[in-house]
Amino acid sequence: MPNTRIRVPKTAKAGDAVEIRAIIQHPMENGFRLDSQGTPIPVEIITDFSCTYDGGEVFSVKLEPGLSANPYFSFFLKATKSGPVDFRWVDQDGTITTATEQLDVT
Amino acid sequence: MNRALVAILACAGIVATFAAVFAADQVPAQKPISGYDFMTPEVQQLQDDDFANPGLLWVEEGQTIWDDTKVASGKSCASCHGDAVTAMRGVATRYPAYSVEAGHVINLEQQINQCRRERQGEPDFPYESEPLLSITAFVSTQSKGLPQSVAIVGPAAESFERGKAFFYQRRGQLNLSCSNCHEQHAGDHLRGESISQGQLNGFPIYRALWQTMGSTNRMFAWCNEAVRAEPYPAGSQEYVDLELFERWRGQGLNIETPAVRR
Amino acid sequence: MTDQNDSAAWSRRGVLAGLGAGVMLLAMPVRADDVSVAQAITDTFGTTPRQDGKITLKLPPLAETGNTVPLTVTVDSPMSDTERVKRVVVFANRNPRPLIAIMTFGPRAATAEFSTNMRLSGTQDVIAMAELSDGSIWQAQVRVLVTVGACDTLQLRY
Repeated sequence: MPNTRIRVPKTAKAGDAVEIRAIIQHPMENGFRLDSQGTPIPVEIITDFSCTYDGGEVFSVKLEPGLSANPYFSFFLKATKSGPVDFRWVDQDGTITTATEQLDVT
Repeated sequence: MNRALVAILACAGIVATFAAVFAADQVPAQKPISGYDFMTPEVQQLQDDDFANPGLLWVEEGQTIWDDTKVASGKSCASCHGDAVTAMRGVATRYPAYSVEAGHVINLEQQINQCRRERQGEPDFPYESEPLLSITAFVSTQSKGLPQSVAIVGPAAESFERGKAFFYQRRGQLNLSCSNCHEQHAGDHLRGESISQGQLNGFPIYRALWQTMGSTNRMFAWCNEAVRAEPYPAGSQEYVDLELFERWRGQGLNIETPAVRR
Repeated sequence: MTDQNDSAAWSRRGVLAGLGAGVMLLAMPVRADDVSVAQAITDTFGTTPRQDGKITLKLPPLAETGNTVPLTVTVDSPMSDTERVKRVVVFANRNPRPLIAIMTFGPRAATAEFSTNMRLSGTQDVIAMAELSDGSIWQAQVRVLVTVGACDTLQLRY
């Protein structure tokens, strides 16, 4: 499973806009690079990213090869109640990578 | 004051003068400047970001390798060394260094592999492999903020002289030495980009061009090919010697691993 | 320039430069033109009319290599239950594939803002389009200069 890093604050006040950050280790091969023999390296990317919390979606992305290697996203979640913030990445080969972090809302 | 003491003091004075002259001879040709200072603000921000710096993905992987006990000897790096934060602090500032076991100067990657072979009973991580880049980045980042200070005297002196000769040797179809660009023209431009001093204090680096981590030896190979010279293999003594000279050239620069470069 | 000069211009250097340029063209992926970008936008949003405004695009005016260009998009919206940004789509009008990514804001999003890193194959315009809950479509455009270093023009093995 590819290495991921996520950042969710430990605590937040209800109604706060909370910054969430996520990054995954992935080459995001864009199909235009050549190997040492001059043969094109086929496209190999993460196709989908999503973040969910409190039974609903926060932010999701349909990725294309135009995003950089090791795709990174930051966005803002509206704190409502304590619970897990879940992250999910889907590779084009079907591999699903997940990560989760608890957010305590006071 | 008796005569003997005067004689001893005089001798000591002469020795001290000689040492000073010798040391003055061994001073980098220019004041070292980190590659960081040649980057655009966006690249600098990415390096400084303690979350978004992509090199941290490799550092985290390195921590996993450090703690991994699933090796032939059953001993992880941590089993012997303990917590890397204290045990590895300052280690990266001293490499490349002379190894009694190897009988020549080796770099940090080779030291890590020596440990793997002898203490863990495992084969070497191949050069430029993800695990070797990860563990090297992890060990190096423990010295972040400490100045580079490699030893170039004693058993390392020969290696240092060879590395120095390499740095000043013109090579390739373009007939350029490392010094032609990175010493004589540091700060000038090659088309769109500024030429850095070619310092190594941020290695392994996350390089935007490669879109991944890379070692000092990959950078040397890349640079050699850019002047249309046939590169040496990664981990070759030629490159280790060059790394020793280069690290000395950047004596006093703080370790920045994982640095981000364009 | 006379004809004679033209025929004499087949110097070794000129021929080599020409061959080099040919190889470069073969190696470079085809860049998008205005027609294909317009097509990519129509594929995403249909023919709904678009208005300028509401979007702030933060990009560096100058980027080196273009492999990691930081992008922040902010859309002016209260993000209330009734008035929201549904999605933001980013295009680069001279990339081989102009569509960069489609971002969707769910009900738990606090603001219509995100940051990421994108690839730009050379100097071009980055276009962001936002679709709001009332069906309106807004757009913004920023030009980014991508510089190329002398050593980067080669297809190096390392």
